[in-house]
Amino acid sequence: MLITCPYCGPRDVIEFTYQGDGNRERPDPASQNFEAWNAYVYDRLNPAGDHNEIWQHSGGCRAHLRVVRNTLTHEISSVGFARGDHASAARRNAEDKA
Amino acid sequence: MVERQSPLEPEFHVGSHGNFEHGVEILLTETRPGSIVQLAAWPGEEKKLIAAIRTVTGLALPDGAGGGSSDGVKSVFGFAPGKFTAADEAEGLAAAFNKVVTPAIGTVTDLSHGRTAIRIAGPKAEWVLAKFFAIDFALPAFPVGAGRSAAHHDVFAQIQRTGADQFDIYVFRSFARSFWKALCHASEEVGYEVQ
Repeated sequence: MLITCPYCGPRDVIEFTYQGDGNRERPDPASQNFEAWNAYVYDRLNPAGDHNEIWQHSGGCRAHLRVVRNTLTHEISSVGFARGDHASAARRNAEDKA
Repeated sequence: MVERQSPLEPEFHVGSHGNFEHGVEILLTETRPGSIVQLAAWPGEEKKLIAAIRTVTGLALPDGAGGGSSDGVKSVFGFAPGKFTAADEAEGLAAAFNKVVTPAIGTVTDLSHGRTAIRIAGPKAEWVLAKFFAIDFALPAFPVGAGRSAAHHDVFAQIQRTGADQFDIYVFRSFARSFWKALCHASEEVGYEVQ
């Protein structure tokens, strides 16, 4: 599997580290909404298809990336820097679900 | 100034090695720069940092990821978004950058004692490096001056092309000897000379 890092170009997946589900919305650290915290820690969509993920190019530029990977085919349909636009993407997903 | 000891010393054997009967196709050496500095810009401050690099080193960075430049004495290249490695044969590069790169622009980290610079040159340099790193070393994909971040067996390496068939590799000082030994082994079949 190749991931095309927006900085380094196409690189082998061995250079990357999976950093988890990209759909999670972290509650405010001061929040005492236990349901929201429970959902943040445990609830996962586990889709059979496109999945928003966070990866780090740990064996390269070390940037955190927002990756959409198909869980059935491993096809990567989009890669971008996590900084900046990921937060808005996660919010958009949350709004779509609501 | 106290002379810095090379971490490669016990394995640094000057001369020709390996299968060199038909000619030496690889030259290996340690460039021993006096200064190795890592520079990082805060988001949005990249242009100011690039201007500071030009002020201090006189080198203009080309646009684009991994862009770099070298004049044979000073070298600089991008290795990550907003991050650059600069090296100079002389000491004192970090002090020079500290005067120009203000805390509002970014950070300066002196890695002169933390990295070892190994130079691999010769007609088979691309071929030997391709055994180590799964990246395209062909000249159109990896132009002279450009830099790349990669890892070999989890040993992080920053590679700058400083000539058509010459690369400078910056590796962690503590891993430099084992990396050097691996590089020597990989060069054996084409014949290499340590200078």
